[in-house]
Amino acid sequence: MAASSNAQGYRVIGTRPVRHDGVDKVTGRAKYGADYSFPGMLFGKVLRSPYAHANIKSIKVDKAAALPGVKAVITASDLPALPDKMEQAGEMAINMNQLSANILARGKVLYDGHAVAAVAATSPHIAEEALRLIEVAYEVLPPVMSVEEAMKPGAPILLPGLRNKDEGPDKQTNVATHLQFKRGDLNEGFKGADYVVEREFKTAMVHQGYIEPHNAVGIYNPDGHATIYCSTQGSFVVRSLSAAVLGMPEGNIKVVPAEIGGGFGGKTTIYLEPLSVMLSKKTGHPVKLTMTRAEVLRATGPTSGSTVRCKMGCAKDGKLVAAQIWMAYEAGGFPGSPVGAGAMTIVAPYNIPHLLVDAYDVVVNRPKTAAYRAPGASNAAMASETVIDELADKCGIDPCDFRIMNGAKEGTPQTAGPPYRRIGFIETVEAIKSSPHYKSKLEGRNRGRGVASGFWFNVGLQSSAIVNIHTDGTASLVIGSVDIGGTRAAQAMIAAEVLGLDVNDVRPLVTDTDSIGHTDVTGGSRTAFATGWAVYEAAQDAVLQLKERAARLWEKKPEEIGFDNGQFTAQGDGVKPMTVKELAGRLARTGGPISGRATVNARGVGPAFATTLVDVEVDPDTGKVEILRATVAQDVGKAIHPSYVEGQMQGGTAQGIGWALNEEYFYDDKGILRNSALLDYRMPTCLDLPLIETCIVEVPTPGHPIGIRGVGEVSIVPPPAAVANAIAHAVGVRMTELPMSPPRLLKALLGKRGSTETQAAAAGR
Amino acid sequence: MAKKVVVEATINGEQTEFLCEPRQSLLEALRDILELTGSKEGCLTGDCGACTVIVDGRPLCSCLMLGVEAQGKTIETVEGLAQPDSLHVLQQKFLEHASLQCGICTPGFLMSAKALLDHNLKPTEGEIRYALAGNLCRCTGYDKIVRAVADAAQTLASGKGRGGRLGSGPSASEQTERFLQGQEVK
Amino acid sequence: MATVVIPAQLRKLTGGKDRVTASGRNIGRLIEDLERQFPGFGEQLLQDGDVKPSIAVSIDGEMGTGGILEPVGENSEVFFLPALGGG
Repeated sequence: MAASSNAQGYRVIGTRPVRHDGVDKVTGRAKYGADYSFPGMLFGKVLRSPYAHANIKSIKVDKAAALPGVKAVITASDLPALPDKMEQAGEMAINMNQLSANILARGKVLYDGHAVAAVAATSPHIAEEALRLIEVAYEVLPPVMSVEEAMKPGAPILLPGLRNKDEGPDKQTNVATHLQFKRGDLNEGFKGADYVVEREFKTAMVHQGYIEPHNAVGIYNPDGHATIYCSTQGSFVVRSLSAAVLGMPEGNIKVVPAEIGGGFGGKTTIYLEPLSVMLSKKTGHPVKLTMTRAEVLRATGPTSGSTVRCKMGCAKDGKLVAAQIWMAYEAGGFPGSPVGAGAMTIVAPYNIPHLLVDAYDVVVNRPKTAAYRAPGASNAAMASETVIDELADKCGIDPCDFRIMNGAKEGTPQTAGPPYRRIGFIETVEAIKSSPHYKSKLEGRNRGRGVASGFWFNVGLQSSAIVNIHTDGTASLVIGSVDIGGTRAAQAMIAAEVLGLDVNDVRPLVTDTDSIGHTDVTGGSRTAFATGWAVYEAAQDAVLQLKERAARLWEKKPEEIGFDNGQFTAQGDGVKPMTVKELAGRLARTGGPISGRATVNARGVGPAFATTLVDVEVDPDTGKVEILRATVAQDVGKAIHPSYVEGQMQGGTAQGIGWALNEEYFYDDKGILRNSALLDYRMPTCLDLPLIETCIVEVPTPGHPIGIRGVGEVSIVPPPAAVANAIAHAVGVRMTELPMSPPRLLKALLGKRGSTETQAAAAGR
Repeated sequence: MAKKVVVEATINGEQTEFLCEPRQSLLEALRDILELTGSKEGCLTGDCGACTVIVDGRPLCSCLMLGVEAQGKTIETVEGLAQPDSLHVLQQKFLEHASLQCGICTPGFLMSAKALLDHNLKPTEGEIRYALAGNLCRCTGYDKIVRAVADAAQTLASGKGRGGRLGSGPSASEQTERFLQGQEVK
Repeated sequence: MATVVIPAQLRKLTGGKDRVTASGRNIGRLIEDLERQFPGFGEQLLQDGDVKPSIAVSIDGEMGTGGILEPVGENSEVFFLPALGGG
C-alpha cells in the first residue's frame, strides 16, 4: 500500500502497517469481556421491569434465594443512597443518585427493561430461573412516550423532584432543562430574507448497535479491594462511577479493560459493573454478567428521538440571514439528552448573523439515553441540512456552492459564541465537488443525488503515556486508551516516528487503571488527538533521556547531542552516530533503564466537519431506498493510519444511513418495546450498502504537535439529511421524519401522487 | 433438569468429546465448555452472525443449534483457520485491508467468507455481499471487508497462498444439490 | 479588562446586556467581579467552589481546562457554555 501524501516527511505516520493486535483478533484469541473465565466463577442475571412506568410496592427475593445453585440476590437496598445533584465525574457531569437508580431501580421503574434486581448462580440458566422466582409488586402508572406527551400540561410526572429554572421551584415537570442561544435580532434577520423555509421534523430513538453486548466480571477480595474486567470505552470512568455507586473508595477498584466489541458512546457509562462487584462481595466468588441483545436494546442507552422545528431564511443571492430553532429531545427515564449539543451543532457549519435556538431536555418512559457518536448532532442536521437544501433549490444555487458561500471559517462565531480557530469545513465541500462521484452523471428514473454537511466539536481531556526502552532497542508503549478501532496501532506509529524505530519495534499495550495514569474515555474523537499527544511527548521524553546517555558515552553535554532520522549524533572526531538499538544495549552502564512519560489535559481541540454525497434510487411501489453510491469528505487534521481513518468515515456513514432509512424503536401503547431483536431493529447489512468512497482532507489543528483532528464521530452527522435530500431530488418528496422507512416513504409518495392526480383532474386535463 | 449428554464431534480437525446439557446451544458448548471463545455471542436469535461456524461445510449460526446436535458432525471455528506459523489468506487479507475495527464480528465474517470461497473462487461483489449478508458489522460499513474477501478470492484462485477446507464432507452447494434431488444429506 | 459574553438566559441578570467587561486574572476572580457587578450571577456558574460540572469556559476561542484557575488575559474574550461529552 502506498504511503499517503507526506509533505512533513514522516516515515511512519501516514503509512498503513498491519495493526499490532490484528493477529489476535483474526484468530479469535483476543479476549473480549465475555471471554473471561475464572475458577469458581458464578453467573449473574438481571431482573427487569415489564412496565414502562410504575411504582415498586415491594420486592420479595426469598424464593429466588432458596433455589439450589443461587448464591446471592441484590436490589437497590444493597447500594448506598447518593446525592441527587450534578457532580463532576471524569469528563461528564453526572447525577449519581439517578445513575444508581438506573442501575437498580429505587422505588420506581421508568422504562420497559429498567433493572430491578440481580442474582448470582452457578450457571446462567439457573440464574434465569431464579429471576422468575423474584416477586415484585408494581403499581402501574400511565406511560409517557413522546416529548409532546411529556410537555403537555397535566402529563404524568416521571420524577416528582425534577424542576427547571423556567417553571420554578414549585412546579413538577418533565422538562429537565431549557437552553437558549441568541445572536443578533431575529425579526431584522427574517425581514432581510427573500426565501424562508420552515419545517417540523421528528426523528426516532435509535441505538448505537454495537455487536458486542455489555459484560462485566467482578472479583471482590476480602480485603475490600475489587477488580472489574469489562468491555468499556473508559476504564477510569468505570472505576470512579462504580466506586461511587458501591460506596467504595475509588482506589480500591481496579478496572481491567477487555477488548471491546464496539461502543460508539454507549459504553461510556456503567450498568453491570457495580452489580458484578456487589454480587462477588456477597458470594465470595468472581461473578460474570452479560446482557442479551434484548437487554441491550431495552435497557442500555440509545440516543434521543426528537422533535426539531427549523426555520431559516436567506437572501436571493443565497446568503443566509436568520435561523430560528425549537428542539426537544427525549432524555429517557432520567435527564441528560444531548439536546445541548444538538443546539450548538445545528447550524454550526454556517455564518448566520441572526440566530435563536431553544432546546429542551425532556424525560419520557424510555431508557436513559447515552452518547451515540456525535450525540445530538445527527438529529439536528436532519433538520437544518434539508432546510438549507430547500433554500438552495429556491435560489437556484448548487447545494455545494450554497454551503461554500455561507461556510464558517476561522473567526466565524459558533452558536454558543466563541470564534472558530482554523477549520476545514469549506475544504470538505470542495473535496466533494472535485470527487469522481460528484462529477459523474446520475441517470435513471426515481434516482436522485443529495449532499449534506455536519459538525462535531471533538474533545481533548486527559491522557497518560509511558514509553519503555528495552535493552534490545525496541520499545513498549503503555496507554490507558481502550482500542475500539485501531488507535493502538496509531499510537505505536506516533511513538515509532519520534523514536526513529520501525513500527513493529514498538509494542502498544492498553492497560488497567493501576498501571497507567488517568486516561479519559475512548470517545469524543479524542484518542488520536489527546492520547496521541501524550504518546508524542512521552516518546520525546525518552529521546531526551537517551540523549543524556549518549552524552555520557561520548563525554559531551546533552545539549550537544543531535537526534535525527533515528540516529544520535554529536560533533567531534571519533563520534560515530548511534541508533536507538545501539544505545539501548548500553543503558545499564549509563544509568539504568529508560522510561519516557507524559500526561496531558489536551487543549486547543480542533473540531471536525464532514460533507457527504449520496445517490439513491427509490422504488415507487414499495418505498424502498437503495443507496447507489456514497462519498464522504472529512477534515482529519492529519491521518496517522489512513486505513483506520477511512474506516471511521465509512463506519459513521453506514450508521447514518441506517439511522436515515430503517432504524427506530417501536413502543406499543403500554410503553413496551416491540422490536428488541436485531431482526426488527433493522441495521444495515452488507447487502444494503455500496462501497463507500472517502476523501481525507487534512487541515491541521494549530498547536497540536502533529496537527491531528479527532475523526471518530462527525461522519454520522450528514447522512440522514444527505439521504433525505437525495430522495427529494429523486421523487420530489420532502421527508421530515426519520427513519424514511418504506412504509413512511410510500405513504408520502402515494400522498403526492394522489394530490397530483387531484390537481390534474381539477385542471380539467 | 435433564442429565448431561456426551457429544462426539470433529472440531477443527480434532476428534473431540464433551459433556453438555440438552438446553445448551452449540455456541455455549464451544465457548463455555470447550473454551473456544473465538465465536462470539451478539444476539442469540441468528440475526448478527457473530457466532457463525461451519458445520459439515455449511455456515450457520451456532446460537441456533443445540450442542447435542453436534453429534457426529464436522465443525470448523475461527480457531481452526490459521496454521501454527501462518494465517489463512482470508485472515491475512482482513489485516492488510484493515477490515476490522473492533474485531468482534471478524470471526463470524471469516467463517462466512471461508464458506463462500470454499466453493466459489470467483465471486462477484454482489455474490460476496449476499454471502456475507447474514453477518452484521457496525464499525466498518463493510467496504474493507468486501475488498478483503475479493482480494482473498483472487489470491486463492491464482494458486498463491493457503486456503482450503479443514474438514471433510460436502460443500454447501453440494449439499443443496443433493437435498433438491431428494438424496440424504450427511 | 476582559470581555465576557453573557449566555442568553443570564442576560436578565445583566439588564439585557449580552457583553460586559470584567476584571480578574483567572476565571475565579472574573466570576467574583461579575458577582459584584450583577448580584446572583456567581451562583449560576459556581458549585462547591468551582465552575459547575455542566458549564464549560472558552477563553479566546479555546476551551479552558483549569476551572476557576484558568488564566484570563488582559483583553480576553470569555464565553460560558454548556459542557458536552462525546460518543
